Amino acid sequence: MEYEARRPLRGLTSGACRAPAPWGCPDGSGGSGDGTVIRFDNVGLRYGSGPEILMDVSFALLPGSFHFLTGASGAGKSSLLKLIYMAHRPTRGQITLFDRSMARLTRDDLPELRRRIGVVFQDFQLLPHLSALDNVALPLRLAGVPEGAVRTQCAELLHWVGLGNHLESPPSTLSGGQQQRVAIARAVINRPRLLLADEPTGNVDDGIGMRLLYLFEEMHKLGTTVIIATHNETLIQRFDHPCLHLENGRLTAMPRAFTRRM
Amino acid sequence: MIPKRVAARSGYDLPLATDPTGRFLAWIMALMVYLGVLSLAAALLISDMAGRWDGGLSNGLTVQIIPQSGTAARPVAERTAAALALLRASPGVLSADALPPEQTAKLVEPWLGDRGLAEDTDAALLPFPVLIDVTIAAGTDTADLARRLKAAVPAASVDDHGAWLADLRRLARSLQTTALAVVGLVSLAGVMTVVFAVRAGLAIHRHVVQLLHLMGATDRYVARQFESHVLRLAARGGGTGLGAAVLTLLVFGWASGGLRATLLPDFTLALWQWAALAVLPLVLCLLAVVTARRTVLRTLEDLP
Ligand SMILES: Nc1ncnc2c1ncn2[C@@H]1O[C@H](COP(=O)(O)OP(=O)(O)OP(=O)(O)O)[C@@H](O)[C@H]1O
Ligand SMILES: [Mg+2]
Repeated sequence: MEYEARRPLRGLTSGACRAPAPWGCPDGSGGSGDGTVIRFDNVGLRYGSGPEILMDVSFALLPGSFHFLTGASGAGKSSLLKLIYMAHRPTRGQITLFDRSMARLTRDDLPELRRRIGVVFQDFQLLPHLSALDNVALPLRLAGVPEGAVRTQCAELLHWVGLGNHLESPPSTLSGGQQQRVAIARAVINRPRLLLADEPTGNVDDGIGMRLLYLFEEMHKLGTTVIIATHNETLIQRFDHPCLHLENGRLTAMPRAFTRRM
Repeated sequence: MIPKRVAARSGYDLPLATDPTGRFLAWIMALMVYLGVLSLAAALLISDMAGRWDGGLSNGLTVQIIPQSGTAARPVAERTAAALALLRASPGVLSADALPPEQTAKLVEPWLGDRGLAEDTDAALLPFPVLIDVTIAAGTDTADLARRLKAAVPAASVDDHGAWLADLRRLARSLQTTALAVVGLVSLAGVMTVVFAVRAGLAIHRHVVQLLHLMGATDRYVARQFESHVLRLAARGGGTGLGAAVLTLLVFGWASGGLRATLLPDFTLALWQWAALAVLPLVLCLLAVVTARRTVLRTLEDLP
């Protein structure tokens, strides 16, 4: 593997790609917000007519904060993240995202908001017919970045996550851990303002897991708000970030405080 | 190393190229364009033909003075003179000339030989009518003229070109309408095929579309993928259909070169008519692309 000892996001922070607003600042997208990136007020979620998966979930995260999301399998971690990236609407309660009330969002508002969010799906959700590079390129293409810049940036990031030899490989020819790294690269390529990672280190050894965590840390230092759902106690111990803990659909450990970024 | 290659993107974000509906759409499009181009060509040829009939035969009448048998019969020459006098005195008649007997003889020569008609009409081998060629001004009441002529001259028959020309023109117009209706139906069928293919594509790739949406794709972005996919297929099908149709027309033209009857259309088209035929597949492609976009946008609108 050709890990390089340089900052992972050097390419990303060069001028080729535009940041929508200065990192870490609450966006000026209207709304008389309180400066939080995410705010949940008594949110409940049920799938269809099933039982309530999330109950009375309330919390608020400041821009530039870094949280782990923990909880037993089936506790509702993925469901909580799905609410944030707007894959589902809550069955009750209020969610405010980037100072905008989700209940008042129209269909036309969604693409622009979603482009500010990078998601590492628990099951990766790579497109099987696209190469690793084209998978990573998706967010840039959606944002209309010129094709030349797209390829350079994606190749650079894939090199950094150790997949320099697999740029043109389709996901089906990659190992689970390699696919996971493609998924992570895709989530961070567009320098999202909010990064949601669902078990991003589930399929890699601790060495690579640590390296990926440093990538998230790097994003965090650039001002991205990060939430990582994980079971990995080693990582949680190593990085001193607050935990959101879910137990039977309820949030038990609140953020220690509104953690301002350094 | 980072590849310096700045290649065009390797494909669609949606794997549309492998859709089973793809090949089907291209073939349907080829068939539609083939039928459409032939129908349009038929419409153009018919309109040419009708134009030629109009130019050659309108504003004319043919009067026949038919020989009569029996003792009370007046000689043909006498009745011809009476008819000519009446015609020339009638308003709206520009000219009235009896065809000389030699010319009438020439007309029937292929059937009867040169002995068909004697010099003296009444004593001829066969009794032949005298033909009077009449030109009239547009808008003349030919029915009234015919009535007066028949009253004045026994055994005169009036053959109004306008009457059967009107029939022909009506026929031509209905053929033309039919041909254009076929073009319309073909376009409609093309639109329906595209709607079907796009809906199927959206259903097959529902998952990918959903993922693209989650990553911030607009409906327009998804629609563009379908547009370029449909355009590619429609262009391929359209090209095939147009090629086949042009080949068919050329074969028709070559085959009809032999029988050059005046009333049949000669299967030759002017340059602008060929251009009009070539525009049809372009229009159908455009229609397909617009349909694809509208179908995608409409379908996605109903998603949560
Ligand atoms: N689409 C769905 N339809 C119905 N029930 C669902 C759906 N997705 C999740 N659930 C249920 O919601 C509960 C929480 O699931 P979720 O995936 O959020 O848990 P999790 O904390 O992410 O678990 P894990 O750590 O195993 O990933 C589970 O009981 C699950 O069965
Ligand atoms: Mg989960």
